Amino acid sequence: MTTNLTENGTATGAGGEAPEVVRVTDVSKRFVIRKDNSLKERLVAFGRGREHREEFWALKDVSITMRAGTTVALIGHNGSGKSTLLKVIGGIIDPTSGSVSRRGRIAALLELGAGFHPDLTGRENVYLNASILGLSREQTEERFDEILSFSGIGDFIDTQVKFYSSGMYVRLAFAVAVHTDPDLLLVDEVLAVGDEAFQRKCLDKIRSFQEEGRTIILVTHNLNQVTELADRAVLLNRGAVVFDGDPGEAVTEFRNILEDRRVVEAEAEAAVQAHKHPGSVAEHGRVIDARVFAVGREPGEPVQPGDDVRIEVTLEHDTGIDDWMCAIQIDNTMGLPVYGTTTARIGADLSRLRARRTVAIVLKDAQFGAGKYFVNASLMDSAGRHLSDMPQACSFDVPYYPLAVGVIHAVPEVVDLSS
Amino acid sequence: MVTVGGDSKSGSWHSLREIFRHRELLSLLVRRDLKSRYKDSVLGFVWTLVRPLTQLLIYAIVIGQVLGAARNIPDFAIYVFTGLTVYSLFSEIISGTTASIVGNSGLIKKIYLPREIFPLASVGSAIFNFLIQFVILLVATLVIGKPPLHAETWYLIPSVLLLLVFGTAFGLLLSAVNVYLRDVQYLVEVVLLLLLWASPIVYSWTMVRDALGHSLALDIYTDNPITLAVLGFQKAMWVGGQGVAEYPDLLLMRMGIAFAIGVVLLFVFQRVFSRLQGNFAQVV
Repeated sequence: MTTNLTENGTATGAGGEAPEVVRVTDVSKRFVIRKDNSLKERLVAFGRGREHREEFWALKDVSITMRAGTTVALIGHNGSGKSTLLKVIGGIIDPTSGSVSRRGRIAALLELGAGFHPDLTGRENVYLNASILGLSREQTEERFDEILSFSGIGDFIDTQVKFYSSGMYVRLAFAVAVHTDPDLLLVDEVLAVGDEAFQRKCLDKIRSFQEEGRTIILVTHNLNQVTELADRAVLLNRGAVVFDGDPGEAVTEFRNILEDRRVVEAEAEAAVQAHKHPGSVAEHGRVIDARVFAVGREPGEPVQPGDDVRIEVTLEHDTGIDDWMCAIQIDNTMGLPVYGTTTARIGADLSRLRARRTVAIVLKDAQFGAGKYFVNASLMDSAGRHLSDMPQACSFDVPYYPLAVGVIHAVPEVVDLSS
Repeated sequence: MVTVGGDSKSGSWHSLREIFRHRELLSLLVRRDLKSRYKDSVLGFVWTLVRPLTQLLIYAIVIGQVLGAARNIPDFAIYVFTGLTVYSLFSEIISGTTASIVGNSGLIKKIYLPREIFPLASVGSAIFNFLIQFVILLVATLVIGKPPLHAETWYLIPSVLLLLVFGTAFGLLLSAVNVYLRDVQYLVEVVLLLLLWASPIVYSWTMVRDALGHSLALDIYTDNPITLAVLGFQKAMWVGGQGVAEYPDLLLMRMGIAFAIGVVLLFVFQRVFSRLQGNFAQVV
């Protein structure tokens, strides 16, 4: 069952590339959902079993290889198959077809404290959990002090974990997991726990793992973390890989899928509402167009720091709406929101919207850092519900500034206080 | 690189090596089971003894005195407790293992471990409880002044081995099947109750022989591995019965054959277990 990769030359491939750590080949995973679970139900349904089962493919022909020292983010909406893929890589579930090979010690942070027993003390649980993750007793003893100080649990270590707060529980579990010295770390949505200080600690630990050349596979819904931590992102949709490459592009691509889905869901909901209350008419507001340019420059020309940026949004509403607002949000290429406002926030008193009209929002003396920025425009009702969105409706560029990087512009100066 | 999963295709030898690699975890899991069972109770492990002692009391008084079984069986209390000790080892193994995979679903869904670890940990904690009961039995024989010091004490060893092999084999099978069909755990309770009465624990083998005569039915009754183990244990521990009690012919050979069958079953059921375990994480 062992395939030695060096024999067929791919492990230390030409050009000194890092060796492969994980290779997923044509993996598909079918789930069968049975509707009958007791013996009686099965006997009754015997022979026509097909009617009592439903199949769906959580993964379809997924092939990915990961090289040592990379951090790969798996993204996708709920139910897209990313956690299933992580579990297949971790060996927790077997694929229906295809194969997965990997090398090195693996630590899966699929759910922190999965092996914790509430009736045992923190200390006993550390030994148990470390053993589950593959450490021997001596190794755990060696690292125990480190684990304890990383977790910050202190004297509570000899208390039964059922008396721990959820934060303490997770901190101890994370501390154990990161001290098992894994070559491959699988992380599923666990960085979103604990207080801010602890989250920082976790991210620092992940960064030092990256520095030490370990491979990390990350599943997260926090897209900022994707662009911040990963050097490659794999976007899954309905069990298939739809994008594999640069994290920034993957995030952009993912936003498009999310938007499509939101539109479909909104339509479905509107249909349900219309069915429920046949009298009422579904709301029909639209953002038709948005343009951005610096006052005094041509549209498309780069925006210089200090310019007044003018964003014009064209909207309409079929049935008419009295209380409404127009919102804009500016994102950088990483998907990080850098600026946002609404007409209500500005204090504009807008009259009833029905026929097509254009609202302009001017950002005076805008000081954006170098880079490309996207403008999202939305029509909202007074409660802040989105009636219509136009993501990445338009964009503008700010020219390269040699003295600084970042999303805001400021002129730096050095003052040497010693002279 | 190592291919992940697909354990159903690799052999029992591979599974055995995997389990051996995790032996430290196995002992931790056994300790976890034992520690957590009576945590926060004042009497703690004493409770482990209350159940068998109560059973002993009921059988000794109701069956021994009221129904008069004790008249033909000397040292009836020792006799019953010997049988109960053997039976509760088997029954604890079976009921513990059956629930083991479902009970550890939290771990199974999140982390890859050789899944045989969980039923084996249940076997381990059953052995521990068995040892405690065995010590009490030993003390009891000393108290009545009939310690098991004679030429047939070694019958203990094949008896325990026989039970462990059969218990582990069926435990593996039942733990895996129970994941897919939860009715199994209720069925197991009923079958265990029947098994208590299907072996000469509160009555004697001689009574059965007298009722059935030397027939095929008697052979079937006798060759039940629990019956064989109970008889072996009585031969070793129940000194009061020496010279009085009668045992089936060729007891040791019957045990040997049963043991061989048990080993084959253990192998077959382990294969079944590894076939079924691939889907544990999503079904459990």
